[in-house]
Amino acid sequence: MAPGGALVIGDVVGWLTDPAHWQSTPFDTGILGQLGAHVWFCLIALVIALVISLPLGLWIGHTGKATWLVTVANAVRALPTVGVLVLLVVIIAPNFYGRTNAGYLIPTEIVLVLLAVPPILSNAYAGVQNVSPAVRDAAFGMGMTGPQVLLRVELPNALPLIFSGFRSATLQVIATATIASYVTLGGLGRFIYDGLAQQDYPQMISGGLLVAALALAADLLLALAQRYTVSRGITGRAGRQAGSDSRVAVLNEELASETA
Amino acid sequence: MIRFDHATKSYPGGTVAVDDLQLEAPTGQITVLVGPSGCGKTTSLRMINRMIEPTSGKVWLDDTDTASMPAHELRRQIGYVIQHAGLFPHRTIVDNVATVPFLLGTDKKQARARSMELLERVGLDPAFAKRYPAQLSGGQQQRVGVARALAADPPVMLMDEPFSAVDPVVRDQLQDEFLRLQSDLGKTIVFVTHDIDEAIKLGDQVAVLRVGGTLAQLATPRELLSRPVDAFVAGFVGRDRGYRALGFTQSGSLRTHEEPTVTLGDPLPSGSDRDWVLVVDAAGAPQGWLHLGDQPRGAVVEDRMLYRGGTLATQGGTLRAALDACLSSPSGRGVVVDEAGRLIGTVTAREVLDLIESQGTPS
Repeated sequence: MAPGGALVIGDVVGWLTDPAHWQSTPFDTGILGQLGAHVWFCLIALVIALVISLPLGLWIGHTGKATWLVTVANAVRALPTVGVLVLLVVIIAPNFYGRTNAGYLIPTEIVLVLLAVPPILSNAYAGVQNVSPAVRDAAFGMGMTGPQVLLRVELPNALPLIFSGFRSATLQVIATATIASYVTLGGLGRFIYDGLAQQDYPQMISGGLLVAALALAADLLLALAQRYTVSRGITGRAGRQAGSDSRVAVLNEELASETA
Repeated sequence: MIRFDHATKSYPGGTVAVDDLQLEAPTGQITVLVGPSGCGKTTSLRMINRMIEPTSGKVWLDDTDTASMPAHELRRQIGYVIQHAGLFPHRTIVDNVATVPFLLGTDKKQARARSMELLERVGLDPAFAKRYPAQLSGGQQQRVGVARALAADPPVMLMDEPFSAVDPVVRDQLQDEFLRLQSDLGKTIVFVTHDIDEAIKLGDQVAVLRVGGTLAQLATPRELLSRPVDAFVAGFVGRDRGYRALGFTQSGSLRTHEEPTVTLGDPLPSGSDRDWVLVVDAAGAPQGWLHLGDQPRGAVVEDRMLYRGGTLATQGGTLRAALDACLSSPSGRGVVVDEAGRLIGTVTAREVLDLIESQGTPS
């Protein structure tokens, strides 16, 4: 098996490094084109899911009302993705037949949004819920209004959980967006389905690798964004024993410049 | 002035947390609400800034009905300190302190500069300003909590068991500093605690509440100790009332006796007719007692030889401290020092008791 395995790896590397596979031709979309399509499908789904579930999750956490929505959203996770997609295509596609690819795009996006909503919603809710009662009590007691408590105290403290929900949604959406190709659309799934159909395994494996690489890259980007938006006071990255002398010096400088 | 006007809080299901409370917290003084769990002390406090709305009755802030303005505007005029400080974990210490000024729209630089002053005022190193709450100890966080409540210079402060979550040594320190701060600021303070000792130490007046949310007694600490109105208050105020009441009586000028001393590092005195000799340091501050019989001849007085169990009474302090100094001293002679901690002389328990008797029963 070892030589055979080596052969496949070599073939995959060969497939991926072939410049012809990266460029599009009038007959065939290359890696870059499919990558763009894949990212586009994912972005649409993630933006829609975020717009729906982040405010909703924050509101549920803040008010403690309608918590059953979180349960329902989590139950939706159990739906078989491909089954729902095929069902939606059967229902929706005929309305657009022959005009645009919207008949396939809309069902795909619905499926992806359904996948992305639960983790974002439940984490936003849990993030707000987890804010210590003493902190919330102090926020109201200081004279913050409800929206001020939500935006200035609960949201910043919920950010780590919100990010983790969004990151897990992103990974799922990127991985699952391959099914767009199952209903004739493009995306990196194209290589997987085509490779499978043509028994061109290097192409199929390359497709899978590209999806994984995209998912990792997206997660890295989000991790960076998280690092710069979440307060150091929450992440614990502000060291306990940080040198106080330099801090005093910095602070004194700042104060001097502020009073000047 | 804060005035409860027949304030009642009851919950659906019939639980009454506060029952027809009538109470006035005078301007510039500390009013302590104290009582066992379930007496409605925290509920009463939270009705002042409307964190809890009274079911019936009113709470007045000077001549203003607290219900006459939006709750968040009312709260911005009232300092609020809670048990676990409740600092915002995502904000630096200086920004935590500046919370209310930020809400009121004060210029950021100005608000931060004022916060820095306040941090110093509550005894925190300015180096803490740029840190986050998680980096501070419980006692330090509580200081920040007090500074935050003071940031907008509110005339009124509400404090809900602010010192109960820190260890006894730090608590004592925080209480002393709090009293010092209050003597400077003269805020109208309502302070909730379940600890009767804390109530007696801090309160200008103490309101004892009983379970069911009724006021059992409102009195000065001294009066509470000497004249509890009923068995409940007497039981709650606890043991050693007579002894503790001595803490409210100044000893005046104690007539002390001169006490022979030996300085640390000097050779043992010889030919002393006393068993115990007081050891002082070079500045004249008492360090402890030395038992002569136990020491080898010609030895030098060392730190490890000292008996340090005795407490010190300060000249002009309380009778309680003076008596305690006598009772805790192995020689039976209580050590009296001046403000700077230097030895003045000693006094015996008999002399302190005579002084107590000459002043009549504490009342």
